[in-house]
Amino acid sequence: MDFRLTDHHEALRSEIRACIRAHIDDEVIERAHRTGANHCVELAKALGDAGLLGKAMPGEGQDPMVMWMLSSEAEKAGAPFDSVGMALVIAGVLNEAGTAAQNQRVTAALLAGEEFVCFGLTEPDGGSDLPAITTRAVRDGDEWVINGSKMWTTMAQVSDWVFLLTRTDSNAGRYGGFTVFIIPMDTPGITIDPIHTMSTERSNATFYDDVRVGDEWVVGEANEGWRVVSIMFGFERGMANTGALTPLLRRFSKWAEASGVIADPVHRERMAQVAIDAQVAELLTQRTAWTAAIGEPSGMQGSIAKVFATEAYQRHSRWAQAAAGPEGLLGLNEPGAAAEGWIDHDVRHSVPQTFQGGTTEINRNNIAERHLNLPRAR
Amino acid sequence: MALDFSLSVDQEAVADAFGAFFAAESPIDVVRGAEPLGYSSQLWQKLRTLEAPGMAVPPHAGGGGATLSDLVVVAETLGESIAPVPLVEHWVASRAHPAPEIVSGDQIAAIALRPADAEGIWRLVPGGAIAGVVVGVDGDELVAVQSSAPMVSPHNHGSAPLADRSARGGQRVVLGEAADLERHLDLWRVLTAAALVGIAERAMRMGVDYVLERHQFGRPIGSFQSIQHGLADLPALVDGGRFLAHKAAWAFDVGLVDGVGVIDMDEGIVTEFAPLAAMALLHAADAAAVSTDRSLHYHGGYGFSLEYDIQLYFRRARGWANIIGDPSLQRRRLADLLWGRAAPTAGR
Repeated sequence: MDFRLTDHHEALRSEIRACIRAHIDDEVIERAHRTGANHCVELAKALGDAGLLGKAMPGEGQDPMVMWMLSSEAEKAGAPFDSVGMALVIAGVLNEAGTAAQNQRVTAALLAGEEFVCFGLTEPDGGSDLPAITTRAVRDGDEWVINGSKMWTTMAQVSDWVFLLTRTDSNAGRYGGFTVFIIPMDTPGITIDPIHTMSTERSNATFYDDVRVGDEWVVGEANEGWRVVSIMFGFERGMANTGALTPLLRRFSKWAEASGVIADPVHRERMAQVAIDAQVAELLTQRTAWTAAIGEPSGMQGSIAKVFATEAYQRHSRWAQAAAGPEGLLGLNEPGAAAEGWIDHDVRHSVPQTFQGGTTEINRNNIAERHLNLPRAR
Repeated sequence: MALDFSLSVDQEAVADAFGAFFAAESPIDVVRGAEPLGYSSQLWQKLRTLEAPGMAVPPHAGGGGATLSDLVVVAETLGESIAPVPLVEHWVASRAHPAPEIVSGDQIAAIALRPADAEGIWRLVPGGAIAGVVVGVDGDELVAVQSSAPMVSPHNHGSAPLADRSARGGQRVVLGEAADLERHLDLWRVLTAAALVGIAERAMRMGVDYVLERHQFGRPIGSFQSIQHGLADLPALVDGGRFLAHKAAWAFDVGLVDGVGVIDMDEGIVTEFAPLAAMALLHAADAAAVSTDRSLHYHGGYGFSLEYDIQLYFRRARGWANIIGDPSLQRRRLADLLWGRAAPTAGR
C-alpha cells in the first residue's frame, strides 16, 4: 500500500486550498449561516474559472481523487460548499446520461460555478422507500405535465435547476416506470416553501402544479429513470462528507489550549480517540476514491465510510460539547462561546448526516446483504 | 508514487503462502493443543523451515530483510489463525539483537514491554515463558539477557506464554540506551495491530458463517435485521485497522520517523511513524474487541462454551492488546505525540 499523493495531486490540493482560502472569510461563513444556504457563488465561480469543477466532476474517465480533495479541503475550511457538491453530482449524471443539448446548456453552467441545482427525489411519503414516490408526469401532446411535491429540496431557493424524479408508469414494476427531468426552477407551477432546521441550514418543500415541460428535459430515456438515479446515488455515496472530525478536533483543541482544559488527562484521552477516528474516516474515504480510480465499483466502500464517519462525528461532537461545559452550549459568534460557537454548531450539523444521502439503516442493510452476503431481511 | 490500497504482487504471494501455511499447520486443534501455555514448538520448527523467524532482520545480518509492510501482511495471517507462536515478539527482539541463533530461530527471543522493576524483574513478558533471550530496559540501558525459559505461564486471559524474567540473572549484553526501546515498542504495536486485525477479520467471518447456519423461528438468524446491523458495523472497523497498520508500516519503510514525517493536526495530516503506530494498535484492539464480542454474542450460549472456537478469539483479542498496558494511558501517550506534553500543573 502507498499513502502518498502524487506530485500532481499535491499540486492540485494546494491549488484547491488556495482557491478556497482566497474566497472564504468569516463574513462569507457568517452569511451562509444567516441565510441558511450552504452556498457561496464567489467560491463556486472561482473554482469553476480555475477548471477545478470540471476536474472534480464524477464519472467514467474522471479522477475521483479531485472530488475527495475538494470536499475535504472545503470541510476543513468550514467553506459553504454544499451547493457546489450537489452541482458536481448532477453534472456527472448529465454527463453520463444526458443529451448533448442538456450538457451544453446545464452541465457547462454547473461546472462553471454559475448555476446550481437541487435534488427533487424524496417526498413526504417516500424517503428511504424511494420507489414509493407519487409525483407524476403525464404525457399531454408533445409535453409532460408534472404534479406532486418533494421534501428536502435543499438549496432550491438558490438553484436554477431541479433534478426531478417522477412516476410515469405505475404498472412497470417496483423500479420501472420512473422518469427523471432536469427542469428550470422558474418554470411556471413550481413553488418553494422553506423548512427551517435545528441547524442553520434551511431546506425546502417544493410543489409542482401542472408544470409543463418538453421532451428536451428528460434525462436518459422516459420510464428508465431508475437507472439515472442509480448513477446519482453512486456518485453521491462517493462524496459523502466524512472529513468533519478534523475541523471539530482543531477547534476543540484550540479552545482546550486557551482554557487550560488541554492538560486534563481525560480530555486528552478523548482527543486522541477523535484523532484516531479522523484517520480511519479519511483512510476509508481515500479507499473509496482509490477504488473508483482503478475503475471498480466503489459504492459499497462509500457506504462503509459514511456510516463510520457520520456516527463518529455525532459521538465526538456531542462529547466535545459536554466537555466544553456551559460555554459549549453557546451558539455561533456568541460572546464567550467555546470555539466561537462551532462546537454547538457541530452538534447540530452532525444530526442529519446519519440520514441525508442514505440513512445509516439502509446503508447497514446494503453492507449486510451485499458485502457480508447475508440474506435479504425485508 | 500514488495512493494505493492494494497489496503488491509479492505481498499477495506472501499473504497466500502464510495464510495457507497457518491454515494447514495451525488449525484450531493445534491452537487448542497448545493451551494453556500458548505455544507449539512443532509449529515453531515448521516456521523455521520457511525461515520465518529471521524475516525481520536485514540481509547483511543474515536475515530475510522483509519490510515492515511485508511483516504486517504475515502478522495478519497469524492473527487469523491465532497461531500459538511468538513470531511478533521474536521479530521485534531480533531487530534489536540480531544474533545468529536468534535469526535462525534456534533461540526464541522476546521483548519486555515494560522496564525491569526495582528488583530487576521484567514482569509478564509476552513470549517470556518460552524465550531463551529477552530484550528489554533495565535502568538506563537496553539489554538482552539469555537465560533458561521457564516453559510455564500463569493462567491468563489470552492463553499467552507470559512470564516474569530476570534482567540480571543470565548472560547479559548491552544493546543501547533505554530510550531505544520506544522504537522497538512501536514496531511491536504495528505488528500486534496487524495480528489483531486478523483476529477481527476472522471473528467477523465466523459470526457471518454461524448466523447463516443457525436457525430459529424457522429461518437463519442471519436474516434478522438486528443481527445484520450488528455485523454490518464490523467491516469499517476491520478495514480501518488494516489501513492504519499498513499506513504506519509504510511510514516506517519510507523513513518518516524521528520527526521526518508530518503531524499537522490543523490539516488532519499525520504521516509520522510513532503516532500512526499508536493509532494502529489502539484502533485494531477496539476492532478486535468489538468484532469478537458481537460474533460471540450471536453464537449465544454456544459461543460461551469451550467447545466453540469463537471464545479462543475473544480471549486473545483482549489478551494480545492489553499486555502493553491500559489503553487509556496509551491514548494519553498518543495525545502527547500529537499535541505535545501538557504542563502538569495546568488544567481546571
